[in-house]
Amino acid sequence: MRSRHANLGHEPVTVRARELKVWEALNLALDEAMAADEAVFILGEDVGLYGGSYRVTQGLYAKYGEWRVRDTPISENSFTGLGVGAALVGGRPIVEIMTVNFALLALDAIINMAAKLRYMSGGQFTVPLVVRMPGGVARQLAAQHSQRLEHTLLNVPGLRVVVPGTPQDSYWQLTQAIECDDPVIVLEHELLYNDSGPFDAEAEPLPLHAAAVRREGRDLTLIAWHRMVGVALEAAETLAGEGIEAEVIDLRSLRPLDLPVLVKSVEKTHHALVVEEDCRFAGAGAEIAASLHEAAFGALDAPVERVAGLDVPTPYNGLLEQASIPDAGAVVGTALRILTPRV
Amino acid sequence: MQRELARQFLYDMMLARQFEQAAADQYQQGNIAGFLHLYPGEEAVAVGSLRAADAGDYVVSTYREHVHAMVKGITPRAVMAELFGKATGCSGGYGGSMHLFDREKRFLGGYAIVGETFPVAIGVGYWLRMTGQNDVVYCFFGDGAANQGTFHESLNMAALWKLPVLFICENNHYQIGTEIHRHTAVPEIWRHTTPYGIPGKRVDGMDVAAVYDATRDALAFVRAGNGPMLLECDTYRYRGHSMADSGAYRSALEVQELMARDPVRTFRERALAEGWIRETEIADIEKQVQETVADAVQFAEQSPDPDDVRKDVYAEPFRLYGGSR
Ligand SMILES: Cc1ncc(C[n+]2csc(CCOP(=O)(O)OP(=O)(O)O)c2C)c(N)n1
Ligand SMILES: [Mg+2]
Repeated sequence: MRSRHANLGHEPVTVRARELKVWEALNLALDEAMAADEAVFILGEDVGLYGGSYRVTQGLYAKYGEWRVRDTPISENSFTGLGVGAALVGGRPIVEIMTVNFALLALDAIINMAAKLRYMSGGQFTVPLVVRMPGGVARQLAAQHSQRLEHTLLNVPGLRVVVPGTPQDSYWQLTQAIECDDPVIVLEHELLYNDSGPFDAEAEPLPLHAAAVRREGRDLTLIAWHRMVGVALEAAETLAGEGIEAEVIDLRSLRPLDLPVLVKSVEKTHHALVVEEDCRFAGAGAEIAASLHEAAFGALDAPVERVAGLDVPTPYNGLLEQASIPDAGAVVGTALRILTPRV
Repeated sequence: MQRELARQFLYDMMLARQFEQAAADQYQQGNIAGFLHLYPGEEAVAVGSLRAADAGDYVVSTYREHVHAMVKGITPRAVMAELFGKATGCSGGYGGSMHLFDREKRFLGGYAIVGETFPVAIGVGYWLRMTGQNDVVYCFFGDGAANQGTFHESLNMAALWKLPVLFICENNHYQIGTEIHRHTAVPEIWRHTTPYGIPGKRVDGMDVAAVYDATRDALAFVRAGNGPMLLECDTYRYRGHSMADSGAYRSALEVQELMARDPVRTFRERALAEGWIRETEIADIEKQVQETVADAVQFAEQSPDPDDVRKDVYAEPFRLYGGSR
């Protein structure tokens, strides 16, 4: 594994143990990876001169030049496929898709190519490709710009799907994704980019696919990722006021799923609730609930339930938009119901 | 023409014809399954273009790629074994007819989604250009594939960044059962490059020497750093689109006319007439080809099946839920 602390040849963006925003942490991970390995290059719409739609690639174009930070035409399938081709012959491309919504136009490159080439070639080729994509419900961007694609990407063997939500995880997981020889989809949440959080460049990283317990509790396990971790933590705070101690797990990775951590938690709490921003029907939460039932049925005192997005396209109206995704109140309500002993 | 090259062309094309016939036979016998797209009629394209390649050049091809693979150096044994789905196949039995790969030979695969070869090829070209390497990447595609968005997207990027890609259209006039005048408004595929400023050229794809010469010129142009070029090879397939297709939508007259331009027979006659080769040499090739194909079939028959269904889903296998182990 490459050192995470390459000589960047300029004033380091970070000092040890401090606060960083999510986008800054991602930017730092990219900068270090590019400094350490010339095979790493970035491509996508407005990633270069403009600096990235969410500033994630800011400053890199000036530093590494146009061949390593490439502004592309609006041709998602072909520039993602370009990444696949380059990865086959030694490159370590990082494709930024402006938002997940546009990744629908690149699914051929991602699902038919990136995910399958290693297997179809009998293991001769690796596809060390990273595809980053911001997504989720942001603020009134309407139905075509407020989606989540977990449901589609999770069901694809050959892909790894990670969902960092904190600055520290964003830095660790993007760094690890770049180092990984498999295609890794990094889902980012548009509302988290400006969140600040503690950051320690020297800390020992968690593995790429490890789930993390964000709050310990004995009564109920709340399982979430991305922005819903914050919602779950808020709900846990309220529940604590009622004398209920909820454990909050941030999945960090959706494929593979750190099921052992979930099972261990449920063996303690005997109750679990998945908090998911994506639509409920056939979403990631369904897989998580089903696999928990299979793995820990004996430990469960009640069925694993889901609080999830409504099965509607995201509405434009702000009030309706909020109503279409879970909030802490909904989590608390469901949690209380689950924990109420049935007669 | 050099005698050695003429002999090579003839050998390659005769091997291609025999190999594909054997594949069809094995398919009928049930030893090969799935989709099988054969190449008879189009031999001059793969042979003429790829005999002009350097060993370091890369190839990205379609699902109709057995002959490309063999001319690029994958053995007939490894190709036939792959069609049989055997562990000794060039993709270990995991790819099949449409997905031939060979890392060493720089054969980057057969792609079975029409239009995928474009982005893969420009990705290879991008890497070559970014790292200052002098190799070229071949991008094969059919006339039907020119209707995909990826064709235009990739031509644009290849031209914009002057990528060392040689686009080779195998225009066999059909997109399965849809004749070219019914599937594109501009049936001269080479003209599709005009808006991108890419030089395009049409060549007689039934003439191996013409394809070879045109490819050499094109490679020189691309290798010199001028950016991509497109060669449209005008050709024809004698069989149906795949083994599932009889080709009944074509008139007998049309097929007959094109049979008269059979690339293998016409080149053999020309090579004899020009004195590039002797009858006895042709007889030798014939025998050699028959033996090679019979050996490939026998090798495939006797090879073991792959036995690990979970292998190589991930480069770094993991045991967490959703992994391959
Ligand atoms: C995206 C996509 N659409 C449809 C198909 C089904 N299909 C396979 S081959 C083919 C025709 C392709 O014609 P052309 O590009 O001319 O190649 P040829 O088979 O003639 O060599 C079609 C429609 C496919 N494989 N991929
Ligand atoms: Mg065709």
